[in-house]
Amino acid sequence: MPILEVTGIQKSFEGTQVLTDIHFSLEKGQVLSLIGSSGSGKTTLLRCLNFLEQPDNGIIRVNGETLFDAKDPSTQKAEEIRRKRLHFGLVFQSFNLFPQYTAKENVMLAKKLLMQEQPNFKARKKEIFKEIEAEAVSLLTQMGLKDRMDNYPHQLSGGQCQRVAIARALALKPDILCFDEPTSALDPELTGEVLKVIKRLAEQNTTMIIVTHEMAFARDVSDQVIFMDEGRILEQGTPKQVFGNPKEERTRQFLNRFTEG
Amino acid sequence: MELFLEQLPIVLKALNVGFIQTLKLFFITLIGAIPLGLVISFGSMSKFKPLNWLVKMFVAVIRGTPLMIQLLIVYFFPGLVLGNPIWGSSESGRFLAASTAFILNYTCYFSEIYRGGIQSVPLGQQEAGLVLGMTKRQIFFKVTLLQMIKRIIPPMSNEVITLVKDTSLSRIIALQEIIWAGQSFMKGSQGISGAIWPLFFTAIYYLIFNGILTILLAQLENRLNYFR
Repeated sequence: MPILEVTGIQKSFEGTQVLTDIHFSLEKGQVLSLIGSSGSGKTTLLRCLNFLEQPDNGIIRVNGETLFDAKDPSTQKAEEIRRKRLHFGLVFQSFNLFPQYTAKENVMLAKKLLMQEQPNFKARKKEIFKEIEAEAVSLLTQMGLKDRMDNYPHQLSGGQCQRVAIARALALKPDILCFDEPTSALDPELTGEVLKVIKRLAEQNTTMIIVTHEMAFARDVSDQVIFMDEGRILEQGTPKQVFGNPKEERTRQFLNRFTEG
Repeated sequence: MELFLEQLPIVLKALNVGFIQTLKLFFITLIGAIPLGLVISFGSMSKFKPLNWLVKMFVAVIRGTPLMIQLLIVYFFPGLVLGNPIWGSSESGRFLAASTAFILNYTCYFSEIYRGGIQSVPLGQQEAGLVLGMTKRQIFFKVTLLQMIKRIIPPMSNEVITLVKDTSLSRIIALQEIIWAGQSFMKGSQGISGAIWPLFFTAIYYLIFNGILTILLAQLENRLNYFR
């Protein structure tokens, strides 16, 4: 059974159709790259998966459980949506770290708040916070930020910020980790260090959906590639199929611009 | 000169008493308006149209009319128009009326500053909180609030310093604050009359108090400089 099944997603903003009839599925441990020109709907699709936008139509299933069905209002209760979001993690293009917290505090905050909802929280408070801190330290160490844990975001480079953001998303152990153009705000040197981290996550079989303009990276790291154009999925398949032998003329045009550039 | 030295302790004593009333009005206005401003700012950002409209109208009226008129209306309206002088005519009644008018007025000014502060925190902060499974409440208190406070300290400092001076308007309903105390020596009080210098002295009180506030507020601003 696929970990994620997306069926018939439609979304429009004030009459403009931005997503049309989106179908795809993703197996556990696999990496899916979403490519396509700006405005093709990739980011909106990620935002729908993370419940930042509500699709007008369609179904989202994770592990066989229907998280969202546009036709079934019982899947759209605000309190449950908050819980459902936790199946997904999202790393933003602009990091969106919390500036008033250190790197470590950024990673710990959400987990701390979630654990407060546990029934036995008060009795085990100290113990729980210690565990959360140990996890944060371990995650940031994996991200190569061992000596940066007590720095505030403004004291970090863009690449370091993005790695903190990745650690922050991983701290909640999402089933599927989404990246929205994670390196678009970074210069080429910093891009490399972030891509390296994502690649390592792929090697550890983290299920991921990556919106990216880094074609070489997408080809290298993905199990599945989706090319989107004007809100539709125009082509999907393995990187070999999509990059090596695209069926659609539009895909070929798009990819040519990258190989020529 | 000898006369001046003789009168000085009498005047300073009266000014001190007046200044205490000034300070009371100042602090009670802050204590009331700082939290109430937040409530009103939520109203003015509400997506519920009737509430949003009502709050915006209220803010527009209060900000669009002089505080002095608001003081007069709050103090005289219940007695003269409704026939029920709820404030009475004692000093404590006038103080309550003045506090009410000041809190109303400053709540509206603060609410607009808060609204600007909240809306200037990038939407991405809220979205980051949402995808991390935080509630709206948690996002406000743990993420947005401190960033907003950092942004509003300079405009709030302005308002706070203006408030110190605005308290003198309560003289219009004969609240015995420092200007009232200074003026009393012009008309004649405790054997001193026709003296204008006590009124000039009140300016020094304002100046010193505002100086202290400026230093404190700058320190607060500095303490929040650890993040950007």
